[in-house]
Amino acid sequence: MITNLTHAIAKPISRRSLMAAATGLALGLSAFSPAKAADDTIKVGVLHSLSGTMAISETTLKDTVLFMIDQQNKKGGVNGKKLEAVVVDPASNWPLFAEKARELITKDKVAVVFGCWTSVSRKSVLPVFKELNNILFYPVQYEGEESERNVFYTGAAPNQQAIPAVDYLMKDEKVKRWVLAGTDYVYPRTTNKILEAYLKSKGVKQEDIMINYTPFGHSDWQTIVADIKKFGSAGKKTAVVSTINGDANVPFYKELGNQGIKATDIPVVAFSVGEEELAGIDTKPLLGHLAAWNYFQSIKSPENEKFIKEWQAFTKNPKRVTNDPMEATVIGFNMWVKAVEKAKSIEADKVIDALPGIEAKNLTGGTSKMLPNHHITKPVFIGEIKANGQFDVVWKTPALVAGDAWSKELDGSKDLIGDWVGKKCGNFNTKTNKCGGQGS
Amino acid sequence: MNPSPSLFSSAGVFPVTDVLHRFRALAIACLLIAATAIPALAGPFEDAVAKFANDDFSDTDEAVSIIASSGNPQAFAIINALQEGRLAADPDSKKVYLTGTDGKVTDAATGEAVTEVPASAAAVRLNNRLRRNIESALGGLTLMAPDPAKRIASAQSVFKSHETAMLPVIETALEKETNKAAKQAFTEARAAILLYKEDATEAEKIESIAIIKGRGDQDALALLTSLPPDQTVGVARSAASAVTAINSRQTLWSIGQNAWYGLSLGSVLLLAAIGLAITFGVMGVINMAHGEMVMIGAYVTFVVQDVIRTSYPGLFDYSLLMAVPLAFIVAGLLGIVIERTIIRFLYGRPLETLLATWGLSLVLQQAVRTMFGPTNREVGNPSWMSGAFELGQLTITYNRLWILCFTLAVFAILLAMLRYTSIGLEMRAVTQNRRMAASMGIATSRVDALTFGLGSGIAGIAGVALSQIDNVSPNLGQSYIIDSFMVVVFGGVGNLWGTLVGAFSLGIANKFLEPVAGAVLGKIAILVLIILFIQKRPRGLFALKGRAIEA
Repeated sequence: MITNLTHAIAKPISRRSLMAAATGLALGLSAFSPAKAADDTIKVGVLHSLSGTMAISETTLKDTVLFMIDQQNKKGGVNGKKLEAVVVDPASNWPLFAEKARELITKDKVAVVFGCWTSVSRKSVLPVFKELNNILFYPVQYEGEESERNVFYTGAAPNQQAIPAVDYLMKDEKVKRWVLAGTDYVYPRTTNKILEAYLKSKGVKQEDIMINYTPFGHSDWQTIVADIKKFGSAGKKTAVVSTINGDANVPFYKELGNQGIKATDIPVVAFSVGEEELAGIDTKPLLGHLAAWNYFQSIKSPENEKFIKEWQAFTKNPKRVTNDPMEATVIGFNMWVKAVEKAKSIEADKVIDALPGIEAKNLTGGTSKMLPNHHITKPVFIGEIKANGQFDVVWKTPALVAGDAWSKELDGSKDLIGDWVGKKCGNFNTKTNKCGGQGS
Repeated sequence: MNPSPSLFSSAGVFPVTDVLHRFRALAIACLLIAATAIPALAGPFEDAVAKFANDDFSDTDEAVSIIASSGNPQAFAIINALQEGRLAADPDSKKVYLTGTDGKVTDAATGEAVTEVPASAAAVRLNNRLRRNIESALGGLTLMAPDPAKRIASAQSVFKSHETAMLPVIETALEKETNKAAKQAFTEARAAILLYKEDATEAEKIESIAIIKGRGDQDALALLTSLPPDQTVGVARSAASAVTAINSRQTLWSIGQNAWYGLSLGSVLLLAAIGLAITFGVMGVINMAHGEMVMIGAYVTFVVQDVIRTSYPGLFDYSLLMAVPLAFIVAGLLGIVIERTIIRFLYGRPLETLLATWGLSLVLQQAVRTMFGPTNREVGNPSWMSGAFELGQLTITYNRLWILCFTLAVFAILLAMLRYTSIGLEMRAVTQNRRMAASMGIATSRVDALTFGLGSGIAGIAGVALSQIDNVSPNLGQSYIIDSFMVVVFGGVGNLWGTLVGAFSLGIANKFLEPVAGAVLGKIAILVLIILFIQKRPRGLFALKGRAIEA
């Protein structure tokens, strides 16, 4: 028995290495990469987890890329060539992301890759894309502090989601006390660091900010919700800024509802809760809680209505929802197509040079533009959760917001800019006029 | 149940809204005192109603203020309909339609009947600020409601908003009030108003502080701490001493609250671990697929609720009762199949069992993912499992309470089964000494299969309960497997009572550590403590001898 006991205790470690081995095996059987190499097609890599913990979010994005390729092929493809998807499954396993990326580029010879969700998976594939000089489109909101030559970030940087959301709460809801609650990993930690600096620059005192981190998949929210309730009853309007990761949100909102915290008392503004996540929750107790995104399914625009209709027809599911990272994937895809047409080539260097300045319509009625720092311009919307699991837009930025690769709120990065057109540098220090290194 | 804690206080409101707010409250007060409705002036009221059609939050807010103070007999109906989403506006014709609770449609401005709401009209949208303003506008109107619970609720909202304008209304209501609880609520509301009233005497204020101190909860504390600084010395001193008194009482209550949270976390841990206490604890199989049995139980609940939703919506409140036996059967049968096809070849080879069941858990996860999709599935809470009630100053949520009761019931039934039934006797015999049991004529392999099936079935039942507090996704099981092993190992392998004590002590320890160390560090601290504990007592809290299955 004693040996059994030690196994049980040591499990978190053995579990991971086991997972790598087991998923590796499973993938050998399940990955479907068409072997035929036809010269009249352009191959597009899709690097999203279809199994494991992240499958819940990433599967939709795989379908989105397939949908876009299908649409593009109906229009005759790109530069006279049809597009062909190569789908691999990195199985929510970060090192496997790098292996699969290498496989896509060297074995399948893809022209571009759409993929990754978590920051750690992006960091894991980064060296591969640099070494093999290929292009990655990354469609998810992230913590910023990065600008790489081979990566194009079509999701929101913190100044395109977190900062406008806090501005809204401060101006419209007159919030004076802040709970920054997040899952314990790099995106919430960096975002909260930026938000804390921003709030302090707006005159919020340290005692009016409560920062709280929870492990991945946290399910027992009783103490934390009670703490929030207590923190919020100090006589000042309080709001929760939530960077809680997808899965832990359901029990969090359930506990809020059960303990009777309503959005009119303490609103929660979330950066990771969208239509897809709400599809799994009874949304009645969540009425009025907020989310900040660059896209909502409920936004009325001809582009959006057309997209939703075609998407639901493609997936043969009239209830299938759309969400923000999907829109980011769509924008990225359309930008890539335009760049390839402009460069008249799929060669990575030419496409990378062609991309900055490319404009593509977003689904909310505006036109997004690829910037020299490889981020894009986006509108920011604040939506309130409705009883039907959709969002009602209550506020939006008057104009499109340009994505900052480096946060202006943090000391380490406020002097840095990414500029791949003029300076050919991802971390150019405007104070010292030198490429590389950190800010003052 | 929960008297809607509107933590909103006018302290943080922009002055203009504040003025509007007070104006509105005053208008409502006038309305209530003057029993007869003042005839409405046609112009401004109709203009205000038309503002709803602008689809602009500030316009809607303005319209609410004007309508509330218009004295028009329609005012209450319109604002109430706005709150309940029954007010629709046509942006083109600027007409506003009110759908009554009986389904009849009227033109909101004129009160004339309309056949139906035109297709171009959309429900008037609200945001949080508006919802708050509407709540306070309506709150004043229910102070005289016949239902005492409603009167108490509106007294509570006055307590929190402490509008000076409401004082005469509260005092009239207080005189007429006969219900004891409502009387108390009105007294407290009056105290809150007097405390914040600028021209109240020092004696009045000190008396108010005493009443608020008696209430002693978070709201009272909020009221006392956000008092404007320009108070007389006497008031400031008694407020400070009241704050200290409330704080020390709160500290005591928070210990009780933590203990409750700990019990409730412990019950979840116990529920997740109890099946494993059979398969791992009693049989000695390192069953890494245990979490997936829990997950399957949760998916059974989803399927049951789905069938009920589409075919028998009236039975929704009984969905969990139906899911429990079904989850037991489905997970139990699956457990028997797994035992017969995989595990029985691996008895006595813990490493191979670990690998095989780990692989199995991945297979099961992916199978569920393929069948039901990777996204979360919605499992609703029946009405008797939603909400919370207050016990003193403890907030006790119904779902946690029921899960605690349910866990203890499952535990008791399982214990009784092992002790008093013949199959239970056989199970204990086989796991204690297989060869001796076989010599006595017990079909050991059949008992093995049934024991594993029992453990899996109980894991399935756990899934039904956990579906109420967690995500129903293919990953559900993963998050419980580590905790389950932790509980069984800590409690002592092979002892059900050990599992019970282990689960509750880990739950309570975790909840007392969490406020101090935070959720992440708290969990690490618990793991470190267990590692140290296992060094000292390798066989857990309650070590038993000779219970492990023999090779």
